[in-house]
Parts: sequence; structure tokens; C-alpha cells
Amino acid sequence: MGYESPVLEHSLQAVREHYQKELQNLREAGLFKEERTIHTPQGAEIEVEYPAGAAPRHLINLCSNNYLGLSSHPEVVAAARRGLDLRGYGMSSVRFICGTQDIHRELERKLTALLGTEDTILFPSCMDANAGVFEALLGEADVMIADRLVHASMVDGMRLCRAVQDTYKHSDLAHLEEKLQEHQDKRFRMVITDGVFSMDGDLAKLDQIVALAERYHAMVFVDDSHATGFMGKTGRGTHEQKGVLGRIDVITTTLGKALGGASGGCVSGRAELVEMCRQRARPYLFSNTVAPVIVAGALKVLDLIGSTTERRDKLEQNTTYWRRLLTEAGFDLKPGESPIVPVMLYNAKLAQDVARDLFAEGIYVVGFFFPVVARGQARIRTQLSAAHEKHHLGRAIEGFVKVGKKYDILGKGRQQIVERYGQ
Amino acid sequence: MEDLKRVILDYVVKEYVEEGDDRQIEQDTPLITGGIVDSFSMVSLKRFLEKKYAIQIPDSEATPAAFDTVSSLAELVVRIRSGAVPA
Repeated sequence: MGYESPVLEHSLQAVREHYQKELQNLREAGLFKEERTIHTPQGAEIEVEYPAGAAPRHLINLCSNNYLGLSSHPEVVAAARRGLDLRGYGMSSVRFICGTQDIHRELERKLTALLGTEDTILFPSCMDANAGVFEALLGEADVMIADRLVHASMVDGMRLCRAVQDTYKHSDLAHLEEKLQEHQDKRFRMVITDGVFSMDGDLAKLDQIVALAERYHAMVFVDDSHATGFMGKTGRGTHEQKGVLGRIDVITTTLGKALGGASGGCVSGRAELVEMCRQRARPYLFSNTVAPVIVAGALKVLDLIGSTTERRDKLEQNTTYWRRLLTEAGFDLKPGESPIVPVMLYNAKLAQDVARDLFAEGIYVVGFFFPVVARGQARIRTQLSAAHEKHHLGRAIEGFVKVGKKYDILGKGRQQIVERYGQ
Repeated sequence: MEDLKRVILDYVVKEYVEEGDDRQIEQDTPLITGGIVDSFSMVSLKRFLEKKYAIQIPDSEATPAAFDTVSSLAELVVRIRSGAVPA
């Protein structure tokens, strides 16, 4: 098949060449991401095909968001299967037309109870929730004041909103207070933060943020995707951990991490704010409803974690143990208390080389580098799961130490690693 | 011009340099390409300049190149104030 117009042919060729060059630049800069193909359900142990065409290898997985180990739990799978049988495969509708089933409402009520809020609505993903919530609630007379390290989904959502945008230095409450003072002339103020920051694993100082917000008459918005289900003594999230249950105006979170790992997200919070999202949030109005199978699986997850804290307790123990192993071995870690444990390597190529060598040692991790993290902040982000047993972590630290010695990074800090490998 | 650069430099240091960051920011230190200011946090810098110098910076002028150093920012402010940049 050919093109009739030489002008069109030339234009397409120019487009192709442009993007081929861009992709080549990424490869040369060491910034090209490759996917590996997994041949098993998600779990503490998986089989991975890499490179493409190679026989799948059995690996310990240290980089999933499967924090509670429920992504392939037989009861969750069985419940999802029952959901398919009882409520069908898809609704072929947005929520407000004919896309709301009784199980959607039931899941929203149960998420409201878990998060300690007044109401909840489901979205196809937390990315969609964050894309829609700011525009639905705020306008030109208002201001959004976000932590500088908020997740990309909030950055994108803020860009869609006409409210004034401002930012504060990461977790710097003095800087936040300056911004709140500066914006007292606005109609509404909203402070925006992650609960647990996805790249560093640190927690927002929600108790102090809430205190400031109350003093300066601001709403508080938290994306708690890396916390719902396991942070806090009963797994309600960062707000429980920080003693401010019931004082967060808007929480968004995902069903795609600890709460089953399939897909779906939600906006939860003050009744009026949630209702405004139901009426106005574009992803809610224009995107398909969450599939019944996902809802059924998520309902079972909430059942499983509602009656016992066993899984979140085990996750906490695994996190403490893994941090101790890495610290004693001499790795440079970001401090924190969440099950996100970044091993800092600073150099993008080094991060990829270490990840590749760990793969050969039977450990599945991925190097994180620009643009996912700032330049010069490359890392391997390890993540714990309640599905990990001590023997998994024991085997993993052996591999980490072997590779760490090969690259001479044990007992070294940023300055020494950057001196040797560059930034 | 030197006064202008000093005021902008003082703001950039106060607004963007985090505690524990020992980098020295000078008038020609790359801010955007150096990872000190990103497109997300750039909005407050634009707003500061507009408010401080009673100017409007058109979106077409709020480019990474124009915002990359204190010197280039000062030049931008001077150009806008002189009327060389259409609103």
C-alpha cells in the first residue's frame, strides 16, 4: 500500500525520523525504559521473561504495590469470579446513565467506613480521580498549594483547573505557612499532598498540615494511594497514622495497589465535595464505570482486611526487617516508615546496571531515573509486601550485597557514588 | 540591572533552595536545566515577577530558556517593561 501524495509521504517520513531520533537520544542517554513480561499472577515470587524471547525466570518480586499480598488471593479471585457471574462483564455505560449497580454503592459505603469520611465515589482509576477533582471543586477565585513532590497525576489534575497554582518545598511547613498567608485573599485555599510520597516513601506531616490548614482556613487534600489499607494501626491510611482521622476534606486513593491491585480509584471526603465531583468531575461523567468484576474483588478485599490487622502488621514487620538488612549491609537509603524503601544510586545507568545484575541474582527490581525522579536522584525503589516471608528477604539481601560489592557502593554515600559514577 | 538581578536571585534562593542543599546559586546558574526549578514550581516565580514589577509575562515568553537563569529572567523583565514584548 502506498501513499498517493508525495507531500504526505514526505511529511510522514519527517515525522517518523523525528521520533526515531528522539527515541535514539533516550537510549543514548540511558533513559529508555524496557518492559519485562510476567508469566504468572502477581506475588512475592513471579516468573519473568527478559529479554523478550528468553525463557521465563523465577524471581523474588521487590517492586510491586501489592502491599497486602492480596492481588492474587484465592478468595479475592473467587469473589471476582462470582461478581462476573452475578453482575456481568461490563456495564457499557458511565455511572450516571446506566452504570451504577448495587455493588458500586456497597463498595462506596465500605470505602467511606474504611477512610472515616462522609461519602465516596468510584472512578476508573485514582489517576482519573486526581484529573477530575480539582476542576470540579475549584475556580479562578481559589488557590491550590501543592507539595513540590506530589504525584504526576495531581500535577496533571491541577493543570486542568483554573484556580491559581502554587507550590511549597517538599514537607516544609514553614514554607507552606508562608503560602497560606500569601493567599488569604483567595476565596478557597486547598493544600494538596500525597499521604505517602511514592518515590521517597516518606510520610506527609499531616498532623501539622491539618493544624495549619485549620488556622488559615484551608481545605486539605490527600492522595493516599500508597497508604490505604495498611498505614495506621487499623490500615485506614496516613491520616490515621498521623492522628487526624475525620479532618481531611478530600482523600483520593486507588484500588490498584493494596486493595486488590486490579484497577479503580475513588474520591472520598466531605459529603458536599464528593457530591460536586459526582455532578461535575469529567472523568466521572465521561469515562466508563468500574467493571463489576473489579468491584466484587475489591469488596472481598475490604472484608478480608476489615476483620483483622494481621496483614498490615506483617507488612510493617517486613518493612522494619528489610530496612535493617539493607542498612547493615551499607546501602544508602532514604529514611522512612512506609514499605517503600528506596536504595539510592543517583546515576541512571548505575541504577539500570544494578537492576539488571539483581535480575541475574533472581531478584526483580527496576531502576528509577529521570523523568520519573529528578535528574541525579536515580534509585532502585524496593517495596515490601505482606506476601514476603523472611526467606524471600534473606535471599534478596544476599543478592543485593553481592551486586553492591561488585559496584563498590556499600558504605558509600551520595558524594562518593556520584564521584565515581557521575550524576 | 544589577539590583534587579539581585532581587530575583534572592527570591530564587529563598523559594527554591531546600534545607540541606548546599548548591551555590549564582546569576547564571541553570535553574530549569539544572533541576532547581521545574515547570510545576515555575508558576510561583512567574507570579512573583509579575507582581513585583507590575508586568504581565505572556505565555509565549514564559519559556524554559527565558526562565533558566537569573540573568535571562532580568533581561525578560527589562524587555517587557520597555514595551519590547507585546502583551
